[in-house]
Amino acid sequence: MTVAVHKPHPHDSAPLHVSGKARYTDDIPAPAGTLHLAFGLSPAARGRIRRLDLAPVRAAEGVVAVLGADDLPRPVDLSPAHAGDEPLLATGTVHYLGQPLFLVVATSHLAARRAARLAGIDIAGEKPVLTIDDAIAAGTDLEPPLEWRKGDAEAAIAAAPHRVRGRIEVGGQEHFYLEGHAALALPLEDGGMEIHASTQHPTEIQHKVAEALGLPMSWVRVSVRRMGGGFGGKESQGSALAVACAIAAWKTGRPCRMRYDRDDDMIITGKRHEIRIDYEAGFDADGRLLGVRFAHFLRCGWSTDLSLPVADRAMLHADNAYHLPHVTIRSRRLRTNTQSNTAFRGFGGPQGMMGIERVIQHVAATLGKDPLEVRRVNLYRPMAAVAAGEAAQTTPYGQPVEDSIIDALVDRLAREARYAERRAAIARWNAGSPVIKRGIALTPVKFGISFTLTHLNQAGALVHLYQDGSIRINHGGTEMGQGLNMKVAQVAAEAFSVPVEAVRITTTDTARVPNTSATAASSGSDLNGMAVKAACETIRARLTRFLAERHQCPEEVVRFSEGRVHVGTNVLTLAEAARAAHEARISLSSTGFYATPKIHWDRTRGQGRPFFYFAYGAAVSEVAIDPLTGETRILRVDVLHDVGRSLNPAIDIGQIEGGFVQGAGWLTMEELAWDERGRLLTHAPSTYKIPVASDRPRIFNVALWDGENREPTIYRSKAVGEPPFMLAISVHQAIAEAVAAAAGVPFVALDAPATPERIALAVRNARAGENAP
Amino acid sequence: MVEISMTVNGKPVTAQVEPRTLLVTFLREHLGLTGTHVGCDTSQCGACNVHVNGMLAKSCTMLAVEADGAEIVTIEGMAAPDGTLGVIQQAFQDHHGLQCGFCTPGMVMSAAALLRENPDPSEEEIRAFLEGNLCRCTGYHNIVKAVRAAAEAMG
Ligand code: FES
Ligand code: FES
Repeated sequence: MTVAVHKPHPHDSAPLHVSGKARYTDDIPAPAGTLHLAFGLSPAARGRIRRLDLAPVRAAEGVVAVLGADDLPRPVDLSPAHAGDEPLLATGTVHYLGQPLFLVVATSHLAARRAARLAGIDIAGEKPVLTIDDAIAAGTDLEPPLEWRKGDAEAAIAAAPHRVRGRIEVGGQEHFYLEGHAALALPLEDGGMEIHASTQHPTEIQHKVAEALGLPMSWVRVSVRRMGGGFGGKESQGSALAVACAIAAWKTGRPCRMRYDRDDDMIITGKRHEIRIDYEAGFDADGRLLGVRFAHFLRCGWSTDLSLPVADRAMLHADNAYHLPHVTIRSRRLRTNTQSNTAFRGFGGPQGMMGIERVIQHVAATLGKDPLEVRRVNLYRPMAAVAAGEAAQTTPYGQPVEDSIIDALVDRLAREARYAERRAAIARWNAGSPVIKRGIALTPVKFGISFTLTHLNQAGALVHLYQDGSIRINHGGTEMGQGLNMKVAQVAAEAFSVPVEAVRITTTDTARVPNTSATAASSGSDLNGMAVKAACETIRARLTRFLAERHQCPEEVVRFSEGRVHVGTNVLTLAEAARAAHEARISLSSTGFYATPKIHWDRTRGQGRPFFYFAYGAAVSEVAIDPLTGETRILRVDVLHDVGRSLNPAIDIGQIEGGFVQGAGWLTMEELAWDERGRLLTHAPSTYKIPVASDRPRIFNVALWDGENREPTIYRSKAVGEPPFMLAISVHQAIAEAVAAAAGVPFVALDAPATPERIALAVRNARAGENAP
Repeated sequence: MVEISMTVNGKPVTAQVEPRTLLVTFLREHLGLTGTHVGCDTSQCGACNVHVNGMLAKSCTMLAVEADGAEIVTIEGMAAPDGTLGVIQQAFQDHHGLQCGFCTPGMVMSAAALLRENPDPSEEEIRAFLEGNLCRCTGYHNIVKAVRAAAEAMG
């Protein structure tokens, strides 16, 4: 029996959230005299800065200082990839409309923003590279195209009895974390700097601030209590604010803070990568995929940022849950004069999966089959069969899939959601419905867990047991709403067998736990949970040894259970044990460390075992569309998702629901638009629509798969942050089914997002015998 | 500068403000009531919701001077003076109606306004009423559940 893990504890900050006491970065009370910052932004997407007249900015009311690129103590490259292509302030040339050109330091947020508009800016404009087509024409690849091959896809396709080819275009997505980016820098007495930032990656900020100021990392301390959402958008893109605050604080000697106004946040920061996928597949009469070729084209924006690993992960999920015996995946990463696209929940994985799911839909339509039948014949060989001695099938990158439960999961979901029955009923309903049409689809998810950059798969922790039996834990992960701190606290409570309330967990701080990885790749509780567990076990082992000696008994009779320490027949509270150990001069504090085992990866060859394990899930979505207006409604969603043995089922279900709705937003309503000058037109929630409460599925059933991770992860749980996002692909597929029904054709190549406009056009074009737009 | 007076969470407040000061700025920066959040700056997200004379209002869309003489209640005024959470607050906690929590104060203020107007709303009515409150984390499912549960608890 566990005392703390596998239980549905509410979020640890819930009482603070509901009472308005929870402090986000911009809520931290700042000392008197704190200055406020704003960036002056480029009005052009591409060109050379001919003149930048900052005199009117300097003269504006409330302005204390104005810094251009030349006023920085040293050149600053914010690139998380150390690519050298991301100056804090533009130097000579501009690369997107919205790029920071100069920094205003003023007495208030409003004064800084007003002054930032006053610069005289003259840019010799050049025609910007905005779209994927522009970038292909201009050949603006960030690196040479990457190609991974397994078997001989070309020959397999040529020899296959059936073939399809096509293209899918999938749009980007704004993170729209409810809390925009924010940072606060406090200059210290000795020249050091203390930073508070809304970031998923405090160590990265520490590193960039240290570099910008020419200080050792040890002189910079970065802490983050919580974020109001991150979703990947705060993995690298917060550096600009923190570094700007640090430089301004260093120049003025005063505390400096900055928050992006929502419009600025959307105009300045990067988003999910838009992708184009060209595909060709050869298959047999059952729909079994014999050979598949993919060509990915990603729109990366103006700088490298995290685009290379994002594009890699798209390739790594080009198979989703399907065994592809012969496959070639080619990927081009294209630089454009737009915001620098970045991490976003799934990190390219969702884009990669859209390709293979489209292939399946296309194949099924060609054969006149239910897409689920085609999915089933292609799913990876089950874990049970592998355990019984059959060879594990390998991914396109050579990793054997040893833990697949997707076939059984899909079977159970199809049964419980009555997929076949409902599909037949929908076909009958559609036949009798003159206008409104319905569609249903079941799609699986197999998502690889681990950072693909192997060295990031490590975490540290620092745990203190105090003399009164209370426990304080520190780890390198950051809390952005995902419930990481609660999960990790549950792990610590379990280790000492005390109630979770006995464990205190607070701010993530680079001075307590150094050299952390970003809280990303769904890895937060996997990595930090293990590190905290290791630290707790060290302390527990010291207590055990001490108590065994004191009571003259073997260590085996010392047990921590049900809130007590049992030494044979003696029963102590944890406080009594801690106090006695302290008096005997035993250390009650320990660090802990974890490095994910088994993984190795060669990205150029596309070979290795990049993932420790896979997380699985599937969803059935039913939608209705009105082909005249293009409006859609999600009528019902059933989800069955694998989180191993859940550390906290309430938090996990919340992640699944939230991820699904966010994914559905990406694929149905969230549309980014730029004009021909490269100006982002959708720079506020008035023009960029994220799901609201009334957009949700009418019926929404979420269940957890009952199983455990076959790998020894933290209490056999699985990561949950990203995988559920991709369950929403079922919504897009269901819409495409409904569109095909409305047009009276077997197949429509529907792009994403499937906005009302795109749906109405797709129906009209398909009826006219053309392909979708 | 103009002088304004109002009651905030039951306490009288008098201050000198620039006429262009937004109510949300006044609450956050002058009074230190940072539970009222700014999510969009443009009256779309509802994170800045407060009650002005018992009516739900987006405090980023109102000048502080417009609230002169008014009774304002913010999220900090929703718990009992001894800190005991109100029914709606407790329901958001118990039903996991929050993740990052940034939207939560605005959601609680909206829910309170709804339940005052309509003590027994259907799920449909709750969803329609909350259209002016954005949440990027939860998918709204548990938020709606929390509001329903609060309605039942207030019976
Ligand atoms: S900040 Fe007021 S509605 Fe968004
Ligand atoms: S809980 Fe994060 S925005 Fe609602």
